[in-house]
Amino acid sequence: MSEDNYDDDDLDLSTLADDELVEQMHDDLYDGMGEEIIEGTNLLLARGWSPSKVLNEALVGGMTIVGVDFRDGILFVPEVLSAAGAMKGGMAILRPLLAETGAESVGKMVIGTVKGDIHDIGKNLVAMMMEGAGFEVIDIGINIPVEKYLAALEEHQPDILGMSALLTTTMPYMKVVIDTMIEQGVRDDYIVLVGGAPLNQEFGDAVGADGYCRDAAIAVEMAKEMVAQRRAA
Amino acid sequence: MAASEPTAIAPALLICCSALLREILDFCKLNQWSHYEIQTITAELHNRPEKIPAAVKQLIDVGKQRGQQIFVGYADCGTGGLLDALLERENVERLPGAHCYEFYAGSRQFADFQEQQLGTFYLTDFLVRHFDRLVIRGLGLDRKPELLPVYFGNYRKLLYLAQSDDPKLQQQAQQAAVKLGLEYQYQYSGSGGLGHALSAFNQKIPMQLVQ
Repeated sequence: MSEDNYDDDDLDLSTLADDELVEQMHDDLYDGMGEEIIEGTNLLLARGWSPSKVLNEALVGGMTIVGVDFRDGILFVPEVLSAAGAMKGGMAILRPLLAETGAESVGKMVIGTVKGDIHDIGKNLVAMMMEGAGFEVIDIGINIPVEKYLAALEEHQPDILGMSALLTTTMPYMKVVIDTMIEQGVRDDYIVLVGGAPLNQEFGDAVGADGYCRDAAIAVEMAKEMVAQRRAA
Repeated sequence: MAASEPTAIAPALLICCSALLREILDFCKLNQWSHYEIQTITAELHNRPEKIPAAVKQLIDVGKQRGQQIFVGYADCGTGGLLDALLERENVERLPGAHCYEFYAGSRQFADFQEQQLGTFYLTDFLVRHFDRLVIRGLGLDRKPELLPVYFGNYRKLLYLAQSDDPKLQQQAQQAAVKLGLEYQYQYSGSGGLGHALSAFNQKIPMQLVQ
């Protein structure tokens, strides 16, 4: 068989049945093909799929496969970033539609990279996966001082505060934020999740976070579980 | 028996990142230290720092079995304290600081650099020499150049902390800055804190073991 038999360049997505199209979108996400994801998203919507069904089955379903293969060492960071970039295109179409349908948010999260740190790859991945899982996410950016975290908490009243750091020199700042929350008597009002390459469970415990998230998929699982527990209490 | 006598074991073992090998060898040569065995671990582990402690542990075990004095040529290097936890258990010392940039520049100057410009990407001689392999290919930018702003969008400056005064490396570093779209700055550091740390360790080796 020649390689031409596997060439998807001429594949017309509109000719595929729904289940085939979703499967093809999973492959396209895996390969970081942004234009195809946009086209597939629009096609499914045009066929009457609800925005949340497109999100869950086509996009989140595809990113779950990417996440599992990343965890198993089959995919590496560049491939995950490409997949995330492709998903972003689909999310941009779905976000306003989801807002219109007024679907109840699973929870709300304020997320930012700590002061002194400009790294946001992990934070952006978590924000996107959380959004994909139905959370309302307020991303306050990079190099965030404690005052800005506290102001965002007061303004948005989220369920969760997420903090990210890539540097061993900046990750101790998470404790500054949590200690200030304790001082101001607001620590227990929020679930605090932390993450970043040099962090580990011991560090998360030491700074007084509610959870340490090793990767974006775990952040989503943990966030869902903790918000559900808090609401049930 | 004499014919099969094993090769003499060096009394001291230096376990280091391959990014430091050239500077460490130069420093040993300069000081005429011939009592070291040097074992390196690939610098590629900096893209997966969680794997560094296990790789170091493996070499520490070998050194201990041989009764060698051991020193680790790593900073924390993104292990988030996991390397320190291992070294505390093993009672082995390492280089000071968070990264090699820090001990090359010295902690105070490194803090000044950070203060002056957030979003500085550091290169050492080693990283300049291996820029394409470790940065461009290591981050997948050769296959996916569209990821450049994802990785470096928040960076402003590339600072080449030079261990040698080498015009060719300076030119390569400038080219690297252009590739990443960053402002270029050059600073000569020499061996910096690396030399001090190695000298301090060397003084702890019993004199009778030093050849």
